[in-house]
Amino acid sequence: MKRYIPLMLVLIVIIAVMFIINLILGSVDIPVKDIWNILIGKGSDSEVWNNIIIKSRLPQTLTALVGGAGLAVSGLQMQTVFRNPLAGPSVLGISSGASLGVAFVVLLSGSLGGVALSRLGYIGDAAMSIAAIIGSLAIMSLIVYVSQKVRGNVTLLVIGVMIGYLATAIIGVLKFFSAEEDIKAYVVWGLGSFSRVSGNQMVLFVGIMLVLLPLSMLLVKTMNLLLLGDGYARNLGLNIKKARTQVITCSGVLVAIVTAYCGPIMFIGLAVPHLCRSIFQTSDHRILMPACMLTGAALALFCNIVARMPGFEGALPVNSVTALIGAPIIAAVLFRKRKDDVHE
Amino acid sequence: MSMNKETIRIEDLSIGYNAKNSDVKVVASHINATIHSAQLTCLLGANGVGKSTLLRTLSAFQPKLDGKIYIQNKEIDDYSAHQLSKTIGVVLTGKVDVQNMSVRELVGLGRSPYTGFWGTLNTKDYEIVDKSINMVGISKLSSRMIQTLSDGERQKVMIAKALAQETPVIFLDEPTAFLDFPSKVEMMQLLKRLSREADKTIFLSTHDLELALQIADMLWMMNKEKGISIGSPRQLADNGVLGDYVERKGITFDKKTLRITIDNS
Repeated sequence: MKRYIPLMLVLIVIIAVMFIINLILGSVDIPVKDIWNILIGKGSDSEVWNNIIIKSRLPQTLTALVGGAGLAVSGLQMQTVFRNPLAGPSVLGISSGASLGVAFVVLLSGSLGGVALSRLGYIGDAAMSIAAIIGSLAIMSLIVYVSQKVRGNVTLLVIGVMIGYLATAIIGVLKFFSAEEDIKAYVVWGLGSFSRVSGNQMVLFVGIMLVLLPLSMLLVKTMNLLLLGDGYARNLGLNIKKARTQVITCSGVLVAIVTAYCGPIMFIGLAVPHLCRSIFQTSDHRILMPACMLTGAALALFCNIVARMPGFEGALPVNSVTALIGAPIIAAVLFRKRKDDVHE
Repeated sequence: MSMNKETIRIEDLSIGYNAKNSDVKVVASHINATIHSAQLTCLLGANGVGKSTLLRTLSAFQPKLDGKIYIQNKEIDDYSAHQLSKTIGVVLTGKVDVQNMSVRELVGLGRSPYTGFWGTLNTKDYEIVDKSINMVGISKLSSRMIQTLSDGERQKVMIAKALAQETPVIFLDEPTAFLDFPSKVEMMQLLKRLSREADKTIFLSTHDLELALQIADMLWMMNKEKGISIGSPRQLADNGVLGDYVERKGITFDKKTLRITIDNS
């Protein structure tokens, strides 16, 4: 256990550095000393600087921090429970469920209700979050239900992918009947962003995640047993049905909440568990769970920095960055794994 | 030295599957038998005769259709999942596919029924883990990762896991499948030794008839029409059960020497 502590500390330092860079980076130059003063509550002389840090940069950074951690944990849980390295929030159709929920609200409010949701501001944002949660939880319940009927995990993954396609098709139909500006609002949501959450919503989001993330740690023994496969896990006293339901539910709720507030963020959930297994060289979830939280947070902060690099200024959607960084990570880790395997 | 007491008693057992629309597929019925500790008992029979179904039923992986299974004088349905995990250890066919887990960590998971909420092992647990690894003779491998082991080595790791589980009963589903011949012999000898040294009740299914004839204390011969015949290799040879199973055109079974001869002419 001791050999993992230095690595964890390194990750915490990286997160701290990324956190600070996230606060410093932006179109307005604010001296580090003033940022510090604002953070510790003393405030700065400039009201504008106060507003930028408290209302924009800090919420965005905190959202990326907990959002990244949540997605990474969710990905790890899915990969373990489905015993499949390609399992992840988006693969199982849970993100598609969120998209479908949002599409219904955004695209239909204009054509049926006669009010473009994109004009409603705060209420519109809340409606989108709720729709995303309902959509993803609905798909997740479906997956949990199917997981108790279907034996093979591969079958379940295929069903998840099919649900994803179905959702995309329905969204396509909805788009056809929608107003131009609603479609734009939906597309922007789909690009993913850590900056949409602000004020009370941010406090709520971070609060929920700070409850859910420690709760997910309660499943470490269960997940370690699941690694051995259903037969052995059951023989060691694990109730397989209950265990699968618990892990899938925990994972699904995490994705649902993050997606509701940040949009569908790709690849972090898929890439981080692979990265952690390769860095920490273990399958023990007592190590992997905290490792994924830290690495997920660090990676999300890093992607947020790249997206806000001078020159891009928010023009680059977070999803493009996570894909650009996540896809090579997965490829590299899988390549290395093949080489390490010794087959007789 | 050996205790040799009755640990499992089966009374009028029926096994099979309860399909939907109340269709019941009976695989075998009216089984009466006992299994003893400090003995190696081998379950033989053709493919599809229901060996796995029997093992799965005895391990409480699937419900029995009728009858009673007493393990240490307690009916199997009266056991909680937790009590069962301390009573029966299994070694399944099919290999465990885990990455980045050391032999010691995997065998340590065998302690799960005894560990607390986080599954952390204490000093006593580690002692039992190392002793189990030692008993199957793979001490040198204990810090190796599972994915770097051969099939035979993996099988031994899973047996060490079952030992670490400290159950009086161990069921193994075809532990000698996929092994080369010397490893098959070594595996059977190991299991026989464990039954004696640790006073375990060891029950396994296998297709390696010639090995079972030479090493097993008791044989269960499963047959679609005749049900299950039980006895020592000598008894089953004398009453003709083994001859019926093995002998066909070109294959002869010598009752006296328990040898199978293949006629090449």
